[in-house]
Amino acid sequence: MYKYDAIDRQLVNERVAQFRDQVRRWQSGELTNDEFRPLRLQNGLYIQRHAPMFRIAVPYAMMNSAQLRTLASVARKYDRGYGHFTTRHNLQLNWPKIEDVPDILTELAAVEMHAIQTSGNCLRNITTDQFAGVAADEIIDPRPLAEILRQWTTFHPEFAFLPRKFKIAISGTEEDRAVTWFHDIGLQLKQENGETGFTVIVGGGLGRTPIRGQVVREFLPWQHILSYCEAILRVYNRFGRRDNAYKARIKILVQALGVEEFTRLVEAEWEHGKDGPATITQAEFDRVAAHFTAPAYSAEAADDSYIAARRDAEKPFARWLERNTHAHKVAGYAAVTLSLKQHGIAPGDITSEQMETVADLADRYSFGELRISHEQNVILADVRQGDLYAVWQAARDAGLATPNIGLLTGIICCPGGDFCDLANAKSIPIANAIQARFDDLDYLFDIGEIDLNISGCMNACGHHHVGHIGVLGVDKNDAEFYQVTLGGRQGNEAKLGKVIGPSFSAGEMPDVVAKIIDVYIENRQDEERFLDTFDRIGIDPFKNRVYEGRAHGKAKAAEKEAA
Amino acid sequence: MMAQLIKNRTAQADTWLTLELAEGDTPETLALPAGDVIFPLAVWQARKAEIISCHKRIGLLLQPDERVEDVAGDLDYFIVIAINFPKFVDGRGYSTAALLRQRYHYQGEVRAVGEVLHDQLFYLQRVGFDSYALKEGKDAVYALAAGFSAFSDGYQASTSQPQPYFRRRA
Repeated sequence: MYKYDAIDRQLVNERVAQFRDQVRRWQSGELTNDEFRPLRLQNGLYIQRHAPMFRIAVPYAMMNSAQLRTLASVARKYDRGYGHFTTRHNLQLNWPKIEDVPDILTELAAVEMHAIQTSGNCLRNITTDQFAGVAADEIIDPRPLAEILRQWTTFHPEFAFLPRKFKIAISGTEEDRAVTWFHDIGLQLKQENGETGFTVIVGGGLGRTPIRGQVVREFLPWQHILSYCEAILRVYNRFGRRDNAYKARIKILVQALGVEEFTRLVEAEWEHGKDGPATITQAEFDRVAAHFTAPAYSAEAADDSYIAARRDAEKPFARWLERNTHAHKVAGYAAVTLSLKQHGIAPGDITSEQMETVADLADRYSFGELRISHEQNVILADVRQGDLYAVWQAARDAGLATPNIGLLTGIICCPGGDFCDLANAKSIPIANAIQARFDDLDYLFDIGEIDLNISGCMNACGHHHVGHIGVLGVDKNDAEFYQVTLGGRQGNEAKLGKVIGPSFSAGEMPDVVAKIIDVYIENRQDEERFLDTFDRIGIDPFKNRVYEGRAHGKAKAAEKEAA
Repeated sequence: MMAQLIKNRTAQADTWLTLELAEGDTPETLALPAGDVIFPLAVWQARKAEIISCHKRIGLLLQPDERVEDVAGDLDYFIVIAINFPKFVDGRGYSTAALLRQRYHYQGEVRAVGEVLHDQLFYLQRVGFDSYALKEGKDAVYALAAGFSAFSDGYQASTSQPQPYFRRRA
């Protein structure tokens, strides 16, 4: 993975010194709270329900074992011995003290980590496919360009105070695993006539106003990606709305102008920057790409007879192989997902001890590196098939081997009302209640592939819109309720789920999910997955079952009228 | 108390008067003061000939939503262009300055006015500002000592360094 050189290290160290000075000036009253807020946000520091929340960047999801050990140590020393991985690959600490943050940043900088631009109205952490570089369906490894983009976003002088936050995702595979259709800018790498470039998608986003992005340019040769992003950002910075935070994302500007007019503005702006100094040189690409060369794979790894025997002998191992290992482009290797979705634990949470176990596993079995997925799990990307049994045993002992990746209980979930100030409702207890209801692994496997995503408010950190089943916390007369959507999905055919009807109380949620699953089981044909059945039969059978015997809509109004 | 002007890396007295429209004033009718005056765009547009005839040194004030393109043909008249930041989190002025310098090659003074704070100075300088009316009550001495040097370099191409870092690597 990428290693800092002198300039990278210097800038991160200078950032730590700058923030230490900003905290000092805030404490002494030289900076008001209003003046300090954007500064601390751009260093990942929120003031939350119980305590500050501190978000540490994991650029394009990659980490090495030394970095994870530092996170473990920081979480133990300055927090309560655990952290939470988010849908942007970042690690959140829920209980640090503000005055400790400069020291935390110092410890992070020593292992080439930081919290730069992990929140605030600026260019945020760039996300990509957790299997970048190893995926069997990869066309182009997105990581060198992701790193070049990371450097470009870091302290960009013109775009530090945007109308609103700005998120870029980059994907280089046939099947999009980076949710590129729902980002401010989504970049899909592809080859055209032997040339490498991007399809540029702009104006997607989840949140309060979920919108699928639109293609602004079908093909942009890779050398131009920085100048083209500059053009997009300049148009947005100048003309994006600033009068209403809810209407300030670029998706609203694209909608207001129409994608043709928006594209015209961007292309006109780009005419000035095109072929200018921001054009990426081959030398720079090669320099960065050299950090992402393949590790020393073993030619002997291909023999997996040992694994086959174990798989046949031990069902729990077989299940884990089925759900938690993934095709690798090198014969004899697999990518492994360590599940942070153990039933009863807050999805995405990981203790310091678990981090250390993962770091040890990475060192021993996966060239010392790991990734974080936007589904809030940890990936060991380069494990020899012959080592899978040992990895499974160690992961199982650490509570990291729940075989629920892509299944109903592998829930994506935001921290919700237990921690977050923005939340309308709690999300973790809903996830845990659904996990408890579907605790039978035979049944869970029988149900098969299904994404259940939960957000505690419409900001959609839990990506509820693109869950096959989406759950959104809403506030109804100061009580916590949950709205359910069906049929959302990520990937190439990404789309938003449809609202099934009136919202439910927390207590009803496990039953509601169980009824939805029942309808699927009763209706599925052959090998249909949940989504296939849903697409075939539509939302009505689900709606009818869920609201059976329950007055709602007009009937409810009539009932009220009568009473 | 006045904003404190930082220019050429020193704290200086501001010799310019910024014309403000009081309630009831219109750009067409208000009295034009003598001396070195920074005129709002609307006044400049309404009274251009008059201003040129009686002022040798002319300044222009641009608000965040006022477009450089609309005044591009007049830039040679201005000794100073002040770009207002009504709130420091309103980042439009950075693009305004970048356009003035990079696209229109404006060589005069580009001044940040309004809510100009210590922690913006590094970015402001990078996009092309060269004078800064630091918000009143803020520590100009410390801003001069630390604000501009928060970082020793930057990755991106900018006005102050037209070559991105990757083109300057040894």
